[in-house]
Amino acid sequence: MPSLKPGSRFTSSVCTTQVIVVKGAGEVDLRCGGAPMLAAGAATDGGLPAEGASGGTLMGKRYVDPDETVEVLCTKPGDGSLGVGDALLDLKEAKPLPASD
Amino acid sequence: MLLEMAADGFGDRVALGPSDGGLTYRELYDSAGVASERFRADGGSHVAMADLSSAALPVSLFGAAWAGLPFVPLNYRLTDDELAALASRISPAIIIVDPDSPDRLTGIDGIGLLSRHGLMDLVEGAEPPEPEWDMSGEGTAIELFTSGTTGEPKAALLRHRHLVSYVLGSVEFMGAHEDEAALVSVPPYHVAGIAAILSNVYAGRRVVQLPTFDAGDWVALVRAESITSAMVVPTMLTRIVEVLDAEGPDGPGLPTLRSLSYGGGRMPSPTILRALELLPTTAFVNAYGLTETSSTVALLGPDEHREAMASDDPVVRARLGSAGRPLPTIEVTIRDDLGDEVAVGQPGEIWVRGEQVSGEYRGSAPRLTPDGWFPTHDGGWMDADGFLHVTGRMDDVIVKGGQNVSPGEIEEVLVCHPAVADAAAIGLPDMQWGERIIAAVVLHPGASASSDELRDAVRDRLRSNRTPDHVEFVGSLPYNDTGKLLRRVLRSDLAHLGDGSTG
Repeated sequence: MPSLKPGSRFTSSVCTTQVIVVKGAGEVDLRCGGAPMLAAGAATDGGLPAEGASGGTLMGKRYVDPDETVEVLCTKPGDGSLGVGDALLDLKEAKPLPASD
Repeated sequence: MLLEMAADGFGDRVALGPSDGGLTYRELYDSAGVASERFRADGGSHVAMADLSSAALPVSLFGAAWAGLPFVPLNYRLTDDELAALASRISPAIIIVDPDSPDRLTGIDGIGLLSRHGLMDLVEGAEPPEPEWDMSGEGTAIELFTSGTTGEPKAALLRHRHLVSYVLGSVEFMGAHEDEAALVSVPPYHVAGIAAILSNVYAGRRVVQLPTFDAGDWVALVRAESITSAMVVPTMLTRIVEVLDAEGPDGPGLPTLRSLSYGGGRMPSPTILRALELLPTTAFVNAYGLTETSSTVALLGPDEHREAMASDDPVVRARLGSAGRPLPTIEVTIRDDLGDEVAVGQPGEIWVRGEQVSGEYRGSAPRLTPDGWFPTHDGGWMDADGFLHVTGRMDDVIVKGGQNVSPGEIEEVLVCHPAVADAAAIGLPDMQWGERIIAAVVLHPGASASSDELRDAVRDRLRSNRTPDHVEFVGSLPYNDTGKLLRRVLRSDLAHLGDGSTG
């Protein structure tokens, strides 16, 4: 199981998704497309996102678990959905702020 | 990392310069990579810049981050000696310099110089290295020497995690449409100048730079480049309003300008009210923040501006002079001298907490409390709906007869007088009262007002202990180039108006 800390990067083993950890620490069963995510740079063995975990990820969006203990930022989009264990992460809706700079 | 995402997400968009022929995000990313190799090869501990805004700014800012070195924007308006003193404090370092004054900063131990053109020639068309940088966020991204209005400049330190928290918390990735362009006229050594680059890159908004502020040039550039957003300091807005006023009611206005944010000092209410009238379709944002808090921590939004302007309720109307509400990622409290929270509406010191808050200085212990609160040294109060009113630096508070008097409220009354162009209130030594209140007033050309008339104006609006003991008419007030009033200079210029006692 991968060990998370802010700044660490992971890549999907079944699609092109890449994320960076914004919040979260310790052993977390971070998945994409239903399959465990790999440390960035690791070779992927192909495959397809599992059914029920194929909603896709969006570039620049943040995803959180319901307790907001884990938060990742999508740095490359793909076809799989992010999750911790079997539970999918939610898209974090940012309240738009007016540009201040 | 932020730039890498921008290059991946919208690499062909123009990041910097004119919409036709400007530098794209992909080109900016590649240039930063090449610059990082040059900075690493140099072997120094810092990358600094003593130069006006140009394409070299984002290239060196991101290049330094890529190389894992702190970026230090230096104030090129300092004297040669002052600049040299700061350079020695960051030695060994490479400093990007203005090609028009290549001799500054020569002969300092450990300092290598590279001209703006030299850097840009180097990165032009060269192949960038593979991305490789520290992702922990602990590294120092920026060291910014504070303006030193109250003494020796301190190097405030912002780590990557502070800046990334700020950007992720306040900017939507690719939130800007392709036709949007931001005009940046604050210099690189102001935290807003750095925040502007980071935020606009992440939002995918083209940046146009105005290296030396002039209100006429600013207005012309907004029109020529179809600028949609900009950030200014209050002194800049005052000048811009004058330019627009001079064009008369049939002038072309600034129809492309959707959003104008301001901050970095107290905004005189006549200026903002007139700006709201002159630019009826522009969304105004007042942003409050400090270098130590990675820029903005609270803001007053466009609707709140218009609502306050239209309201008859004095509480709502007063919000036009407020800093609005804290960002969702930031907590703000008002505390007394002992660090205890005060009741709503009571004045005290503004404390902030959040992941973007650094409160660190190089070479000294962090000013954060163990639970992450940062005392800003700014005075203020919060109204019942959570609007933050900033009254100024705690050091500037005048203590007369044991009572604390904020210069800001006196100044606000004075600048609302039709004859007054600008005003500052300071305390000078007084044997009997501890300090006496001196108001330095600049009148509009051709206007007149007597000292008694102005003292009466203050007495009518504020408690009697706020009335200036003396009104001194002056030709101008001392500001630094980012619009901060230099009270220390004013106090020493007017020292003869005190009685020389040391309190």
